[in-house]
Amino acid sequence: MRPWLFVITALFAGVAATRAAAELRVEVEIPRMAVAEYHAPYLAFWLKHADSGDIVPLGLWYDDQEKWLKDLRLWWRRTGRTQSKPYDGLTGATRRPGTHSVDFSDLPALAGLPAGDYELVVEAAREVGGREVVRLPFHWPADSDRAVTAKGDTELGKVTLQVAP
Amino acid sequence: MSRSLIAGAAGLALAGALLLSPAAQAHKRWLLPSHTVVSEAQWVTVDASVSNDIFDVDRPYPLQALQAVGPDGEPATVDNRLEGHRRSVFDLELTQPGSYRLTLPGQSYFLSWQENGETQRRRGWDGADALLAELPDNADQVSLTETHSRLETFITMGAPNTTALKPSGQGLELQPLSHPNDLYEGESARFRFLVDGEPAEGVDVELVPGGTRYRDSQDHWTLTSNAQGEITVDWPAAGRYYLEAGFADDQPDHPKAQQRRLQYLATFEVLPL
Repeated sequence: MRPWLFVITALFAGVAATRAAAELRVEVEIPRMAVAEYHAPYLAFWLKHADSGDIVPLGLWYDDQEKWLKDLRLWWRRTGRTQSKPYDGLTGATRRPGTHSVDFSDLPALAGLPAGDYELVVEAAREVGGREVVRLPFHWPADSDRAVTAKGDTELGKVTLQVAP
Repeated sequence: MSRSLIAGAAGLALAGALLLSPAAQAHKRWLLPSHTVVSEAQWVTVDASVSNDIFDVDRPYPLQALQAVGPDGEPATVDNRLEGHRRSVFDLELTQPGSYRLTLPGQSYFLSWQENGETQRRRGWDGADALLAELPDNADQVSLTETHSRLETFITMGAPNTTALKPSGQGLELQPLSHPNDLYEGESARFRFLVDGEPAEGVDVELVPGGTRYRDSQDHWTLTSNAQGEITVDWPAAGRYYLEAGFADDQPDHPKAQQRRLQYLATFEVLPL
């Protein structure tokens, strides 16, 4: 995590607990694959500030096997390689094919997130499979309830971002 | 003719010697790590070979001089050294986050002289004095060339750092302005070449993408370092690349040598993103 984020996180962690946070939720579809050998994909979620390129890690789904984290190549280069366990954001086990919802609204990093244009970046990497990155542009904070949708071609199905003030 | 070893006026005399000397046409030599970017502590394995077939092994490369340096600048653990019939191999233990450097330095001498009107040549790896001892009393036009080579490659666990990458200040070295384990398809990397620690202009560099066995051309390209000693490499595709840089001057260490040839050879892995 970048030093400035550390500061912001520390400043706003208390604030986030005491007020209703703005919302940032993601719904992501992991496609069912007709393959002989299937391993659930590793997934990473992060925000990228459109102008500065600053990264805010949101979450990571992996099975505690750090050996394969490098295969989330973009996440690894942008933020993963400068971290160590426990990884920033909401971490959890990999998910099976289907549609999964994850609510990042209560992350301390969001409470201190500067206003601006962002991309939500979702990256999936599957063992004996492929890798795919999907990007969803949005503005933070949202002026009203907004939904942004994108669709992957291979490793990710429909991805929906919902933001609310 | 070796295309990348001649630089400037100092190289002209040398060019004659090389033309006359098939032995001086060095084969390509390389280190090939099994992994270059990893996300947890582990062993990696490395092939070392003398082979013009990039990166398929041909002959073993001696490992006695191997240096393995860890992210803290201290020696890293190497195990299972083997010099096989077609390649040498060893394992390197990655125990801490950061970048590891592997270096195989080499030194040889090339001696030529005229004897009864005929040119004689010898190449030796056991020091100049052993070679000079072969000179007959009636030797004429004696020429001794000193060659230093440096094979390198890099491996990073976690975030890259540069402690192990600090130049020694001796011979031809690469000072990475772009980290050698942060190379991606479609991007450019900047490297600076140093001779005895100073930026060197006019270093001739050749790059060859791996996989020559499966195509009909080398697909190599050449670059020359600028006044700041720098080159910019545009990576056309993900894969492994062989880099060979050459420089020649008249600054040999041995008092009886006239010329010094410097070679820097490295393997880089470029990843897709």
